[in-house]
Amino acid sequence: MKNRWLRFLGRRLLYMALTLWIIVTITFLLMSFLPGTPYNNQDKLTAAQLQVLNQKYGLNQPVWQRYLTYLNNILHGDFGISLQFSDQKVTTLLGNRVGVSMQLGIQAAVFGTVVGIVLGTIAAMKHNTWIDTFCSLFAIVGRSAPNFVVAVLLQFVFAVTLGVLPIGLWNEGFRSTVLPTLALSISPMADSARFIRTEMLEVLNSDYIEFARAKGMSELHLVVFHGLRNALIPLITILGPITVSLMTGSLVVENIFAVPGIGEQFTKSVLTNDYYTIMAMTILFSALLVVVIFLTDILYQIIDPRVRIGGDRS
Amino acid sequence: MAHVRLEVKNLSVSFSTFAGKVHAVRGVSFSLCDGETLAIVGESGSGKTVTCRSVMRLLAKNASIDSGEILLDGTDLLRLSEREMRQVRGNEVAMVFQDPMTSLDPTMKIGRQIEEAVTLHRKVGRREARSRMLELLRLVGIEDPERRSRQYPHEFSGGQRQRIVIATALACSPKVLIADEPTTALDVTMQAQIIDLLKDLQRKVSTSVIFITHDLGVVANVADRVAVMYAGKIVEIGLADEIFYDPRHPYTWGLLHAMPTLDTHMPSLYTIPGSPPTLTEPVPEGDAFAPRNAYALAVDEKYEPPFFKVSDTHYAATWLLDPRAPKAVLPEILAKRRREYLERRKRNAG
Repeated sequence: MKNRWLRFLGRRLLYMALTLWIIVTITFLLMSFLPGTPYNNQDKLTAAQLQVLNQKYGLNQPVWQRYLTYLNNILHGDFGISLQFSDQKVTTLLGNRVGVSMQLGIQAAVFGTVVGIVLGTIAAMKHNTWIDTFCSLFAIVGRSAPNFVVAVLLQFVFAVTLGVLPIGLWNEGFRSTVLPTLALSISPMADSARFIRTEMLEVLNSDYIEFARAKGMSELHLVVFHGLRNALIPLITILGPITVSLMTGSLVVENIFAVPGIGEQFTKSVLTNDYYTIMAMTILFSALLVVVIFLTDILYQIIDPRVRIGGDRS
Repeated sequence: MAHVRLEVKNLSVSFSTFAGKVHAVRGVSFSLCDGETLAIVGESGSGKTVTCRSVMRLLAKNASIDSGEILLDGTDLLRLSEREMRQVRGNEVAMVFQDPMTSLDPTMKIGRQIEEAVTLHRKVGRREARSRMLELLRLVGIEDPERRSRQYPHEFSGGQRQRIVIATALACSPKVLIADEPTTALDVTMQAQIIDLLKDLQRKVSTSVIFITHDLGVVANVADRVAVMYAGKIVEIGLADEIFYDPRHPYTWGLLHAMPTLDTHMPSLYTIPGSPPTLTEPVPEGDAFAPRNAYALAVDEKYEPPFFKVSDTHYAATWLLDPRAPKAVLPEILAKRRREYLERRKRNAG
């Protein structure tokens, strides 16, 4: 049992490393095809000046050599310097912002899915009533309304009209996070509500629910102890990617609330050919995704006994 | 006469569907004594499952119980509130479903699923519930219950799962156990084992059993009494011997005739011609079985037959039992079986 777990872990870690390596390689190669240079005054530079600069940043070497150097560097934890801010390391540049985006992302993911699960469950329990219709309507609107509209609406209601929460910036601790979190959480909320409703309806129609009912169990008890667990299993699969995309920041929402997150940095680095920042962002995003997928699998083991690693394979 | 546990009086159930109102059960009455096994037989759609689900009050949302009483030790279950009814379900009346592969929650250890049935109705601690659970597993013949109680449903075979389902149903020693085709989804050897188990358990825990099935072979094995249902009504009810050897209703004849026995030497089996009527409103008048009945009389077209008494325990709803009716000739196999039965009874009496 323990052995099997170790082997499972070992194999998965190897695959994860392999996946990351492939992503790094492909991104690095694709990036080398990007036109232009990282220098913002490149039009005024003469060929000689360009060469000097390229030499300074090691960009005059052939691609394969740069690639090997880069690989060696990141293995030693050196992600290079940002070419936008020549004195700043990529790790410090992103490090200051990653925390902000992650906090918002995790808050939004947790809040969104929890509320979504509750809404979806209620809708399923009250199937074909006005409550169900209301929840479904909410899910459709939440799914289709762009989050910048929601963001502006939230600002208008809570910051401008009611004046209870800050309209933006990142200087009031938790209070500053409330509105951006809400704006970000609408879409995962709608997604999981819709998802859970469908799953729950199916589960509530199953024989084991009927059998539990025949034991004399109340509807609420049924839903909580037998329904949710079974309905949640498929949700886990979509939960991982949702969380990652939230954690890596939403450019629009972060901009609207003037939050110093990572989302803004992502587009900027691509627009300015900031090679090392692009690479670091890609690695970060992929690493998160790979880890989350790994965690999802572990979660499956815990919640669904049929896919347990230590179990009998009869 | 033994104490009457459960009495169903004039029960009618209908379903509202897009095609109209469907009268699935039309005035069913029967009683069930202490420790007795009553088998309800009939084709699919004859209303046997709906009748029993009504006893549990576990009907689909579009169903309504239009009339009748269901008396459990004198209390009308149809008058109880949902909360009171929950105290009855699993506690006084328990049910075993058809398909053991889907009756258990796949994400919960089977031990907990049984304990749950105990703690829902008994104020007992964890340890007590656990020891009751282990006792139940042992009772239904699951070996090594300590270990197996910590396993999940997918780690058991179909037969074992049905044993677990039965253990769950018996958790609170119910007065009435309803088994809705408990062997249909199992293979033949398993069927025999489960039936033996049910018979054995009934002796040990002395509950009354309603056994729903369409398999007459199973009925002969378990039932004290048999009720034959057709198109939402009981058409014949009597002791198992009376139904098997001295059936009076042409539908029962058809069912028995269609059942292969060891001395069946025919190239093909008999089938009842036609198919059961749909019970969508308006329900056709007269005897619902008449269109398929080779013995149908003119009166069947217009008037539904009442119950005629054959013996104190045996009743059948067919005009053939009216003194004015012409004498019907039984299929040879049934006639022979009846002669043998009557002779045996005479010998035993003499």
